[in-house]
Amino acid sequence: MRSFFRSTSPFKPSPFRMLVSYLILGAWALIILFPLYWLTITAFKLPAAVNNGPFYLPFVDFQPSLHAWEYVLGEVGNDTIRLFTNTVGVSLISATLTLVIGSGAAYALTRFQFRPKVGTVLVFLGCVLLAAILTALGAPWALAVAVAIGLFVVSLVTIARRFTRALGNNDIAFWLISQRIMPPVAVVIPIYIIFQQLRLLDTWTALIITYVATHLPIVVWLMRDYFASIPYELEESAQIDGASRFRIFSQIVLPLSVPGLVATFLFVLVFCWNEYLLALFLTNARAQTMPLAVVAQNATRGPQWWYMSVLVLIMILPVIAMAIALERYIARGLLVGAVKG
Amino acid sequence: MATLTSTANPPATRARASRSERLAPAAFLLPAVLVVLFVSIFPLLLSLFLSLSRLRFEAGGLKVQFVGLDNYRKLLFGSEQKVLFGTLATPSLIGWAVLAIVAFLALAAVYRAIRDARSGRAVVGRALAGMALIGLTYLVVASLLAPEGRPGTMVVTMLYVVVGITLQYLIGLGLALLCAQQLPGRRFFRVVFLLPMMITPVGVGYLFRMLADTNKGPLEPLWVALGMQDFAWSNNAWGARIAVMVGDIWQWTPFMFIVLLAALEAQEVEPVEAAIVDGASNWDIFRHITLPAILPVSTTLILIRMIEAFKIIDLPNILTNGGPGTATETMTLYAYRIWRALDIGGSAAIAYLLLFLVTFFATLYVRALRGRMSTVR
Repeated sequence: MRSFFRSTSPFKPSPFRMLVSYLILGAWALIILFPLYWLTITAFKLPAAVNNGPFYLPFVDFQPSLHAWEYVLGEVGNDTIRLFTNTVGVSLISATLTLVIGSGAAYALTRFQFRPKVGTVLVFLGCVLLAAILTALGAPWALAVAVAIGLFVVSLVTIARRFTRALGNNDIAFWLISQRIMPPVAVVIPIYIIFQQLRLLDTWTALIITYVATHLPIVVWLMRDYFASIPYELEESAQIDGASRFRIFSQIVLPLSVPGLVATFLFVLVFCWNEYLLALFLTNARAQTMPLAVVAQNATRGPQWWYMSVLVLIMILPVIAMAIALERYIARGLLVGAVKG
Repeated sequence: MATLTSTANPPATRARASRSERLAPAAFLLPAVLVVLFVSIFPLLLSLFLSLSRLRFEAGGLKVQFVGLDNYRKLLFGSEQKVLFGTLATPSLIGWAVLAIVAFLALAAVYRAIRDARSGRAVVGRALAGMALIGLTYLVVASLLAPEGRPGTMVVTMLYVVVGITLQYLIGLGLALLCAQQLPGRRFFRVVFLLPMMITPVGVGYLFRMLADTNKGPLEPLWVALGMQDFAWSNNAWGARIAVMVGDIWQWTPFMFIVLLAALEAQEVEPVEAAIVDGASNWDIFRHITLPAILPVSTTLILIRMIEAFKIIDLPNILTNGGPGTATETMTLYAYRIWRALDIGGSAAIAYLLLFLVTFFATLYVRALRGRMSTVR
């Protein structure tokens, strides 16, 4: 971790190269900032100013108006506030939970040796499959799960013991990370059915559980290498002093990995904050999040750009503020995971 | 009470401590495993079952009918074939050349495996992967590099992934190299370049829909100058595809940029300084020092983006609604459209095909790089 942000760089450009660099960087900055500028002024335009052609400068080309803000924050203000609280609540809780569960798993995978038996895993999968088939065939899910658990325990003590081949930590890590390969659309229908059975559709709980699972791989991926880079001697000496594992984890390991934790948290938070597909399937009114509201502004008479821009602005301002504040951590945290991942 | 137990019965406390120590590993790992089982593995198996059945919503619940591989047959050989694979036609000369190159490379890989006397499993694995690769290439070639061909959702998805990630990586690397120089005020660029990543893809979709408007959009003077003021991007297949790719590049170049920049700044200074003293050109330094240093990061970065890019849905859905026709439809969007038509089994089958496709590409990529990395390092 010695030289992540060196203040001096070996590349000392000549004045000419500096000029060219500034031109290219400036051009890309323009490419990024111009759409954002357009978004901002559209939020202050009257429908006529949007529909009658391109107008660029407020007060010169068009008269700015607060009508879209009044509508979004006033007339349907309750809806907006509810959507915003949903987004904030769901993503904060999901990101925090993902970080807690994921970094726990990542820590376990770097510091303990696991040797799950192949047989046990296979038997377990068989039982899950059985429960799935039973449920799909119309058996009550509670009964199917009970049967599967019973069968699993029975075969665990009879069949599974005969298999002696064992897996290792890397297999578990790969298994957890490989979940990210799966497209959400592949599981969204069963998840929908499960939450329907549990009567959790259109609740925060449903969204949080799904988000935690879909983003766990990122946390495990990034944090595993972060924890591995922390010298083990620190933990050993604490262990000799009689500290428990949980205390070592929370009071030595976690404080040392703050940059990684911050980057991962921000990353997961942004993903949850912006998530569209799962929210679309799993919510319909009460637990809706902002991305759905943005899409909903595409009314029958065409998109209502002004409302949409206001909603997008409300949505991106908090994340952008956070990203600017934590920019240094993001690169550092992501890099450690990317180098060894 | 505490003093009593600790003085009167020390072994008991020690035993208790060691028991909690023994349970610690499971306590750390189990929550993650359970969540993934509940939300990923279990639904994945259920989804497999759904893809083999036909579902009907009826009063009082669902009616499930097991139909075997019917859903897959419909997609691969039946009525949906044209949507998934597109219209295949005789490839052009370039198309045949591309196909020949890929076929040659695949055969060479199999031949090398046989010559090096690898295990039978490796040979069979390479042969299968080679066959799948040739098949996919034919699909791409016969729909994109053929005069009368038209790409289906599978090819469109691969197009977004390959073209999008290549451009994102190159632009990101270029910007990172520029930003790694000692320029006053580069922190400003670093922060600005990061912004698109934070914006919801849905928002990006609408943003680019506004920008693509040739009549009322901000780029109207440009389109007028080009004589395109009445051109509608969403009515032209390639125009719509380019719009989606531009939006995706705008959004995800920052990710490449930020990590590559961190990697460049983490680079050792000494070799570069030595090379400068020796009179090496900038290109030599980049080719022999910088590139090897950032190669490991790059491979992981591309893998991450590849896995994510295969699942793209928001952008084409908002920007073009998959249209015109199905010209910009990705497999995820296709699955969603089928799901909305209440063909849940068919939707699950598409999702499974996408899963195979992503897994195939990810595995192939990792395998190909593992061989290459060992020679680079």
